[in-house]
Amino acid sequence: MLEKAVLNRSLAKKIRRKISHEEKARLKWGYVFIAPTIFGMCVFVLAPVVFGLIISFTHWDIITPMRWAGLSNYKKIFTSDPLFYQSLRVTFYYAIASVILTNILALFLATLLNAKIRFKSFFRTVFYIPTIVPLIAAIVIWSFIYNPEYGLLNSLLGLFHIPPQNWLYNARLVIPAMIVMSMWGAGNNMVIYLAALQGVPRHLYEAIDVDGGGAWRRFWNVTLPMISPMIFFNFITDFINSLQTFAQGQIMTDGGPNNASLFYILNVYNQAFTNNAMGYAAALAWVLFIIVAICVGLIFRFSNRWIYYEGGEA
Amino acid sequence: MVEFRRRQNLGGKIGLYALLIICTIMMLFPFYWLLRSAFMSSREIFSVPMKWWPSHLLWSNFVDTFQDAPFALYFRNTIFLVAVNLIGAIFSNSFIAFGFARIRFKGRNFWFACVLLTMMIPSIVMFIPQFIGWKELGAYNSYWPLTLPSFFGNAFFIFLLRQFYMTIPIEYDEAAFMDGANYFTIYRKIILPLSKPALVTVGVFTFMGTWNDYFNPMLYLNNQKLWTLQLGLQSFMGQYTSSWQLIMAGALITLLPMLIVFFFAQRAFIEGISLSGVKG
Repeated sequence: MLEKAVLNRSLAKKIRRKISHEEKARLKWGYVFIAPTIFGMCVFVLAPVVFGLIISFTHWDIITPMRWAGLSNYKKIFTSDPLFYQSLRVTFYYAIASVILTNILALFLATLLNAKIRFKSFFRTVFYIPTIVPLIAAIVIWSFIYNPEYGLLNSLLGLFHIPPQNWLYNARLVIPAMIVMSMWGAGNNMVIYLAALQGVPRHLYEAIDVDGGGAWRRFWNVTLPMISPMIFFNFITDFINSLQTFAQGQIMTDGGPNNASLFYILNVYNQAFTNNAMGYAAALAWVLFIIVAICVGLIFRFSNRWIYYEGGEA
Repeated sequence: MVEFRRRQNLGGKIGLYALLIICTIMMLFPFYWLLRSAFMSSREIFSVPMKWWPSHLLWSNFVDTFQDAPFALYFRNTIFLVAVNLIGAIFSNSFIAFGFARIRFKGRNFWFACVLLTMMIPSIVMFIPQFIGWKELGAYNSYWPLTLPSFFGNAFFIFLLRQFYMTIPIEYDEAAFMDGANYFTIYRKIILPLSKPALVTVGVFTFMGTWNDYFNPMLYLNNQKLWTLQLGLQSFMGQYTSSWQLIMAGALITLLPMLIVFFFAQRAFIEGISLSGVKG
């Protein structure tokens, strides 16, 4: 008995030593493999974030030495910078409307494609293709579509005797025009929704059929709740992306007319590279970051009221 | 009753296809507008009322575009950037994702959470300090800022490849260990060859990201000799405001390679996007 116990103990020790040796090897190899991303995160993410925060408390034009500014940049943003509020208004207006409308269109297209139809992959390709168009090419195309004299839109409207509009040079129309342009790229979300729709279990629809409900009830009572996590995911990521819209404002309108398309990033960019106010621009960037974080936090906070997670709360 | 049902179904079918066709037309209209305008003469393009199609296809617009602006140079520059970023993205991300997916070690979950967290940080808080940093290093007007980061992993690609690697049976690794392989051999000889489809997705998205990028080249490249297609097109649009047919030809030139890649790798695109939604 005793002998056996001793033998067991020494065996256990041996195994333990082997395990700890193996563990060490795994530790070493693990860090070898993830070392590039640790380095990348420190150099390309962490350092800029910290450095950006520091310079947001300074006055700096890169050429002359930094001067400590304390909170004065932040104070200026909130108290005496009309461009800040204007750009915030423009950006949120664009982001919210664009996200909602693009997702409705995407869901609509996905629902159409999810029906039993012929040429499904043809339609899917057609709806998806606009999303691969380079942004600048899209801007070129849409600038010409919106051209007041020779553009496609006014020509089409002319067929119905609607007077031509100055789409990009009218302060009220410029953001709606850009929202329509963003809806052209609904194909990305459509593909995600299509995958989600195909994952909705059939038997749930059968239950509705037994109860005698129409297409609308099927959609409202089964489809929508079942894909709500996906809708939520798309809303969050699209919202964050839309807040960073830049090139449309810079190239199509240069922020005009009368700052009606002065996107937040465009304002930051102008402050940094036209006015050479690096510190102020960095402070603006941080303010947006905090606003985004608060928005996303709030959305998450209230999300579980209307999102259905299969298999309980996530 | 049955008769009624069938008729209702037929009506629904017609409605469905009508909607599909309307959506198709709307989605394709901008492409039609691009094609029509790129082949028109300057007289035709400004004719009122508008003409729906050029009387004959004016191929010389493309020749003029290449002559008026160094699009061939932009092309070469863009392809160079794409190639370097492709190499960087495929090697770095597959390597890093291997560590997260196939090796159990202390701190792994912490670092993976960090990687996911970086996806949440909007690039706006980083572009000014990054710009200053590169400038201080003397890398303004060079390709370093546009290529080097892709050699250190991208959060989204790491996530995507990790998901894929986890579907490969762990027994493969165990068997390889028996044969005396180490982790690096397993990565190179087993995981890398098996993950080709996922790597194609990474490649396609890297291609698209580099090809379509405007913001970073605009920020870092002042020297026209280094410009990319997107940058060139943007400046072309500013210079030739009255020659819409040439601008549209230029847009078509920058778009065409993207379309070709898409048609060859359509599945990688669609699967990659569906995968990106998985985390939701």
